[in-house]
Amino acid sequence: MTVDPGELTEIEQDALAEIANMGVSRAASSLRQMVGEQVLLSVPSVRIVTRKAASILVERNNPKKLVAVQQSFDGPFAGRALLIFPEAQSLELVRSIVGDEHSLEDVIDLEQEALAETGNIILNGCLATIANVLHRTMRMSLPSIVRGDGAALFEVDGAASEGQFVLFLYIDFNIKKRDIHGFIALLMDLPSIAALKTIVNDFIGAIEEQPSGHVE
Amino acid sequence: MQYKVLIVDDSKLARMVMAGAFRRLRPDWTLVETANADEALAAVSGGAIDIALIDFNMPGVDGLELVASIRKTHPTMPVAVVSANVQNEIIGRARELNAGFIPKPLTDDALAAFLSGAVLRLKKVAP
Repeated sequence: MTVDPGELTEIEQDALAEIANMGVSRAASSLRQMVGEQVLLSVPSVRIVTRKAASILVERNNPKKLVAVQQSFDGPFAGRALLIFPEAQSLELVRSIVGDEHSLEDVIDLEQEALAETGNIILNGCLATIANVLHRTMRMSLPSIVRGDGAALFEVDGAASEGQFVLFLYIDFNIKKRDIHGFIALLMDLPSIAALKTIVNDFIGAIEEQPSGHVE
Repeated sequence: MQYKVLIVDDSKLARMVMAGAFRRLRPDWTLVETANADEALAAVSGGAIDIALIDFNMPGVDGLELVASIRKTHPTMPVAVVSANVQNEIIGRARELNAGFIPKPLTDDALAAFLSGAVLRLKKVAP
């Protein structure tokens, strides 16, 4: 079997998971602040998969009808960040953010708008933290909302995406008291994986260069 | 002293959150809400705006470009960029425009700190 040029070494995967973890932790703390309740996170997972495989991972243990807020990012590497949860829970999520004092009609009116702003805050916090950790700058698009199954979310049927590999980073979150769960996913296009490897190795290099031992 | 505050954000939810914070912190101040840079510039040239709070990520002209436009006519107006985009570069660019930076999600503490500083600056300009 030939080695996929985009394949990451074990240490690179570790570093990337750690960087993702910092971004997602920031996202979780933003979400916690917005809903005023504890948000539990899984360990982040990093894989190189096809879009189709990513969409199957997303659908596992989830209903087929999903809603996502997505933002594209561009800079030293490019891709998309998504905040995803079962569509049936979107109103509950909005309600937990705008407060229980609003009527159901108000919540329905605000749903689209509130989802976009929530996604904007959570995904921006995540991506900006990653950019800061890497000492790089990223541009982010305005948020948009996508509804459908995993394939629709990840544009599996899009042109030239057949069998195309992406770097797929995801982490589950759970708002216990509200019975809301979902996840944050980052999809990065393979052409930029070479760039990503350089950046991750700079990050690893900077850690290795740090003086060892404690300063008393 | 009561002040007139301009809030610029394309998100209605974000404007609701900001207005809610003002109801707790400075209930007697006047708020002017706008959803984009054009409306914001019209409100500023209409006069009587004391302080501006501006979202970064908006369709069309972004928040930093808007701050730069406001600075041409209002070099000392207390202004803050309000955003979840906490990249060092964005915060640095806000600082270069002599604007504050308030991270989203908005907290009462962060807004209160900026407003206290803004009041001091306004009193210094027009005691």
